[in-house]
Amino acid sequence: MSPVLAGVLQLLALVAALALAYRPLGDYMAAVYSSDKHLRVERWIYRCIGANPSVGMRWPAYLRGVLAFSAVSVLFLYALQRLQGSLPGSLGFVSIDPDQAFNTAASFVSNTNWQSYYGEQAMGHVVQTAGLAVQNFVSAAVGIAVAVALVRGFALPRALGSARAGGTPIRSGELGNFWADLVRGTVRILIPISIVGAIVLVACGAIQNFAGIHEVGTLTGGTQQINGGAVASQEVIKELGTNGGGYFNANSAHPFENPNAFTNLFEIFLILLIPFALTRTFGRMVGSVKQGYAILATMATIWLAFVGLMMWTEFHGSGPALEAAGGAMEGKETRFGIGASSIFAVSTTLTSTGAVDSFHSSFTGFGGGVTMLGMMLGEIAPGGVGSGLYGMLIMAIIAVFIAGLMVGRTPEYLGKKLGTREIKLAACYILVTPALVLVFTALSMALPTPPDSIYNTAQNAVGGSGAHGFSDVLYAFTSGANNNGSAFAGLNADTQWYNTTIGLAMLLGRFVPMVFVLALAGSLAEQKPVPETAGTLRTEKPLFAGLLVGTIIIITGLTYFPALALGPMAEGLSS
Amino acid sequence: MNNSFVNSARLLGAGLRALLVLTLVCGVLYPLLVTGVAQAVFHDQANGSEIEKNGKVVGSTLYGQTYDLPKKNPSDPEEAPRPDPKWFQPRPSAAGTNSVNTQYSILLSGASNLAADSKVLLDSVKERRTAYAELNGVKESEVPVDALTASASGIDPHISPENAELQAARVAKANGLDKAQVEKVVKEHTEGRTAGFLGEPRVNVLELNLALEELAKS
Repeated sequence: MSPVLAGVLQLLALVAALALAYRPLGDYMAAVYSSDKHLRVERWIYRCIGANPSVGMRWPAYLRGVLAFSAVSVLFLYALQRLQGSLPGSLGFVSIDPDQAFNTAASFVSNTNWQSYYGEQAMGHVVQTAGLAVQNFVSAAVGIAVAVALVRGFALPRALGSARAGGTPIRSGELGNFWADLVRGTVRILIPISIVGAIVLVACGAIQNFAGIHEVGTLTGGTQQINGGAVASQEVIKELGTNGGGYFNANSAHPFENPNAFTNLFEIFLILLIPFALTRTFGRMVGSVKQGYAILATMATIWLAFVGLMMWTEFHGSGPALEAAGGAMEGKETRFGIGASSIFAVSTTLTSTGAVDSFHSSFTGFGGGVTMLGMMLGEIAPGGVGSGLYGMLIMAIIAVFIAGLMVGRTPEYLGKKLGTREIKLAACYILVTPALVLVFTALSMALPTPPDSIYNTAQNAVGGSGAHGFSDVLYAFTSGANNNGSAFAGLNADTQWYNTTIGLAMLLGRFVPMVFVLALAGSLAEQKPVPETAGTLRTEKPLFAGLLVGTIIIITGLTYFPALALGPMAEGLSS
Repeated sequence: MNNSFVNSARLLGAGLRALLVLTLVCGVLYPLLVTGVAQAVFHDQANGSEIEKNGKVVGSTLYGQTYDLPKKNPSDPEEAPRPDPKWFQPRPSAAGTNSVNTQYSILLSGASNLAADSKVLLDSVKERRTAYAELNGVKESEVPVDALTASASGIDPHISPENAELQAARVAKANGLDKAQVEKVVKEHTEGRTAGFLGEPRVNVLELNLALEELAKS
């Protein structure tokens, strides 16, 4: 069997597995967020929080909950790292420096998991397990909660019965209860899947212990250090919650995180599982699963096209060094090969994951560009858990608006009128991330010292092209502001400049869009639905999915084309 | 003003309590539960799939190792390692031992991150090609791609079957073994794609070298 055919078969197996899980998981999640029952453990948690989960919140209250929880999380994680040197169970690692601790705290709370530290050389058991892994759960749950709040905005008040939160029927303008959504997402969705997934990973060879780093003898009589750690339990939520922060520096390329070809495909499955299934949840909650299918079709089309493009360029393997070697295997593992690595790379950058099983900096010039373009789409195909769905719904609003302009009708989506306020909020949402990416990249190139961090340049001994050096910086801010977290690691990002600016890009890129999403949800929730007429745009039809794909490509293209031309396109064309 | 301050404080308090209780659930109970099950049911895997020879651990089947000749001058950290012709050799590695924020000098997993148009990468590919061809007495054009490129983890435990087959003659000669016997061992340790289509065919270098040692003994 040729490697290309094996790659295609792996893709088909992945699609089949996702299709099987789509309906049951999507329906289950819809039930979780519409249920009026509380589990006993949830009641206990609500008592600890001191919150009444049955109180409906209007959008400002919901937003305050999101922001308060996240602010406390940043401070807690920062403190944990700063105190690491004095905590037990830290393997002798010292405390993290202030700039790096801020960067890491911002990174994990914003569901980015950008890492300017080296996992196995910086973080002990306590910070990894009780700090970083916890944020892997809760930042994902926050993302889903915000998406569900937006969906309720569309669904209300038409679907009162199916959009109740916590027992009391929602009144007009109420989006549900943040604490209930946060706790339910964690307890009923993320933890059960994680337990099963972690045990599958351990069975295949991922480690799960609390041993330290120990030396063992090698075959030839030397010694070798073998790491310990609660890796499998963190690995699974790192993928499932589209987080991406590796226990080890090599991330999912490390054999203790991703031991074989099956776990590799399983991890890709976990990355895509919730983001795709949430479109079903959306369809259920707005009362038309067909609307969910249209969104799903849009996401799946883009994802499949990107996988195809990536496989084509990586199997082709152009670039002077790769051609000299006879293939694009630099920075890829033997057990995965080019096909599986390509699927992983696309899936991780089209969601907000950023885990890697191969190193994107050593991909072909165009392959690196595909990973970057995936993030620049705003990570909506299928996107991060929650953030993918709300990002795609914003794009759908823009698409409906454009269609409305064409025929001169007030646009409406899912029975809600999209007036000035709605379109303004959607437009603001779309502007935030590109502004962060382009401004910070421009500053980093223009200021005197930040470019010193670039590893692949024409001037220094490494001898990459200047185009690749620019890509390194552009990738870093694209990854940060879009909350991805993967890196073109040809950039030394552990400097005060990059730790601070990327940290800010991650926080602003996560929470400013959430403000607009929740404001939009609030304004939709207050509206009475308008009846469907013959002139209503049929947003459940393939035509609309096509219009949506086009809108996404045009918006991204117009925003990023100049920057892409200076980086990956220049590199790809010159080699 | 005063009222909003109190409200904010109350909200942050709720956030802190929520974080603490979720830390207990996700950061303590969940990993302990998984560790408990893992240690009870999958003890070997959970502890790193270590492999023993005569009751002594000689590594992990998931960790690549180096098989180099002893250094000419052990106190010289700059001396380039020379591969020992008696053993099958792993892929090139870009993993380093940077010691960042640590008292230990720990193996740091990772890749070269060199770009496809990097001159350094191009030069090292050329050097590796020459060195591999020389060591194994094969034509430069025959050298397989995985012997020329550094892996992603820096501790890739596998090489491609072609790579192992090309090394067999040299390994047999260095150990005074019959070439056909060594090739048979390579064949026995060649794993196809999992379930026929997952990943790529591969040979685990540590397991292969252990089998080679057995063969040399008998």
